Amino acid sequence: MESSSSKITDEIRAEASRLLSSGEVAAFLGFVPGSLPMTVRPFVARSSEDAARLVWNSFCVMNLANYLPEVLKSVEPPRGPGDPEPEGPLPRVGVLATGCWSRNMVVQIQENRIQRDRVVILGISSRGMVDRKKVLARLGGREALKVEEQDHSLLVSGRAFNEEIPRWEVVRDNCRSCVHPDPVIWDIMIGERAGDRQNANRFAQVEEIESLAPEERWAWFQEEISSCIRCYACRNACPLCYCPTCFVDDSRPQWVGKSIEPVDTAIFHILRAYHCAGRCTDCGACESACPMGIRMRLFTKKLEKDVLEMYGAEAGMDPETPLPLSTFSPDDPQDFIVTGQESPKSTGDEAGRSGEVSQS
Amino acid sequence: MKVYKISREGLDKWIKHWTESYDVFGPVEKNENGMTDWAEVKGLDEISTAPGTTKQPIKTFYLPQPETLFTFTSRGGEPDSDVLKETLDEGRPRVLFGVRPCDARSVTLNGLAYEEDPYYMANVERTLLVGVSCREQCGTCFCRWVGGSPFGTEGLDILLIETEQNFVAEALTDRGVSLVEAGGGAREASGEDLAMVESMRQEAEQAMSAMPDTAETLRSKDLMSMYNADFWGGLSESCINCGACTFLCPTCYCFDIQDEVVRKKGRRIRYWDSCMFPLFTQHASGHNPRGQKVQRVRNRFMHKLKYFPDRFGPVSCVGCGRCIRECPVNIDIREVLRDLLGVE
Repeated sequence: MESSSSKITDEIRAEASRLLSSGEVAAFLGFVPGSLPMTVRPFVARSSEDAARLVWNSFCVMNLANYLPEVLKSVEPPRGPGDPEPEGPLPRVGVLATGCWSRNMVVQIQENRIQRDRVVILGISSRGMVDRKKVLARLGGREALKVEEQDHSLLVSGRAFNEEIPRWEVVRDNCRSCVHPDPVIWDIMIGERAGDRQNANRFAQVEEIESLAPEERWAWFQEEISSCIRCYACRNACPLCYCPTCFVDDSRPQWVGKSIEPVDTAIFHILRAYHCAGRCTDCGACESACPMGIRMRLFTKKLEKDVLEMYGAEAGMDPETPLPLSTFSPDDPQDFIVTGQESPKSTGDEAGRSGEVSQS
Repeated sequence: MKVYKISREGLDKWIKHWTESYDVFGPVEKNENGMTDWAEVKGLDEISTAPGTTKQPIKTFYLPQPETLFTFTSRGGEPDSDVLKETLDEGRPRVLFGVRPCDARSVTLNGLAYEEDPYYMANVERTLLVGVSCREQCGTCFCRWVGGSPFGTEGLDILLIETEQNFVAEALTDRGVSLVEAGGGAREASGEDLAMVESMRQEAEQAMSAMPDTAETLRSKDLMSMYNADFWGGLSESCINCGACTFLCPTCYCFDIQDEVVRKKGRRIRYWDSCMFPLFTQHASGHNPRGQKVQRVRNRFMHKLKYFPDRFGPVSCVGCGRCIRECPVNIDIREVLRDLLGVE
């Protein structure tokens, strides 16, 4: 029986080929098979021959939104720093999008990283991607030489062993707790929409850590990042991280130490997570990219929970709803800000000082 | 070279004896995902026998992250204020037990660039390498493409080869012989043992596809044709430009130096840098000669496969496969090597 992934693969190839040969898009962003079992390689197809190589399976763990601005730029006619914008519409790019990736594209539209009319989105409802590290852990050092994907299991074989692994057991933590598998924006839907998933408690992992005493939480955090080698794979796999110069790369002034001193590593991870607050869609690319197995998406998951609780917002669910932390209205509740008015939390002194400031 | 025979129990005694005068490190199962990494050990039972390489290469012992080169204070009035004090310290000698031949080779290759570096050479001096041959090759292993062997001895003091019941220990250097003597309990290997090891060596080498004269072929190619080849663009389009490949590579040895100062006390450290990072080549003027990702991706491979061989002879890659295994987007150096060898 044909697996659902191979059916999706066939449809992706057909649509991408059609879009490329008709000239509707100048490039198509997808994946091609990797050189190792359980890997794929992000790939930019520019011809229908290229499109025939595209693939879809349970190992598409990198978020394609991360590549989109660069690929869009690559199809624009070259121009120098002072040159005027070219006339007429710019070439478009086709791209695959699951629920979380499409939400990242919404965030990119809201943050003016991409323009909606320049992307043709092939939407796919995600069944959850497999965590290669979880599969490797189950093999306990035995090497997987071949992994065949079926709808509900993985057939893993190596030297003198064959093993069938139930698929859901090795799906990534972020996908297991996902509630929005369907794309929120798309132009062409590949396969059926699955509808929102019922999830008993998508923040269970976070609550487990929240329940610890502060010193235990700090110990957990330090232990979790202790193997970090500062390769920045988590940052670079993330579609939210696009500062022209990341704060860790600033040299004038330098904000954070360069080696693997625990305090420097901690600053990097804390700031990275906070910078993603209200923008992160829990796509899990950071964790999938990490060579050291650090579960850094738990940091952003905590912030996702906070933003949902405090602002009732989830990133990228609706292009018309602004991102909670990049907008304000005059009647926002702001008990936490010291204002000139009497407030139960502010003392007279503070109120007087900040009152002067606000009038000046 | 002297060749010995030693039982499993005998090896355990070696390690226990060595711990009296050396810090002994070995590959230990650390990660939940079945990967091994280097840790101090007291006996053979702690050491993993899993095939393949550890998560991190042994360069952590030669190029510590970070390495303090000097310390200083700038408190006026103190006698050694404003004076850089060298921290070069030979330290307690150590034995790395269970080193794969590919990793051992990396010490020699990096030594070509670091031979005048007192810090690196001090670490070479104080670190003894006891290797273990590879009976199984992983899907990411390609040592035979770049001049290595699963039974290679380059860089090692002792090579252990596991036979049916015992181990054969080839003591390759004087330091290796004295380690065997310090361990005690070894018998000299018989002609039969030597013949068996030789046939194992041939079998293991034949089981892996070889690519002879890789370095020579790469040296003979035109540098600019390689530099301008078409495939760099597509390759860099997949790359996310992180430093996982370079930091986990045994032969990526680039560094930067900084002074870290807290309350007028400081240290000058050398820490790992990566050619994947834009800051690596950022000039003080703000200009960056490798400002684009494609330039950085190209540099990583060109350094290993062209510039280094042109300057020193061998390829700066030992075929351990870590970069292939750990790359988040499956960039495979074997494909790049094939592409470069195909450049006209």
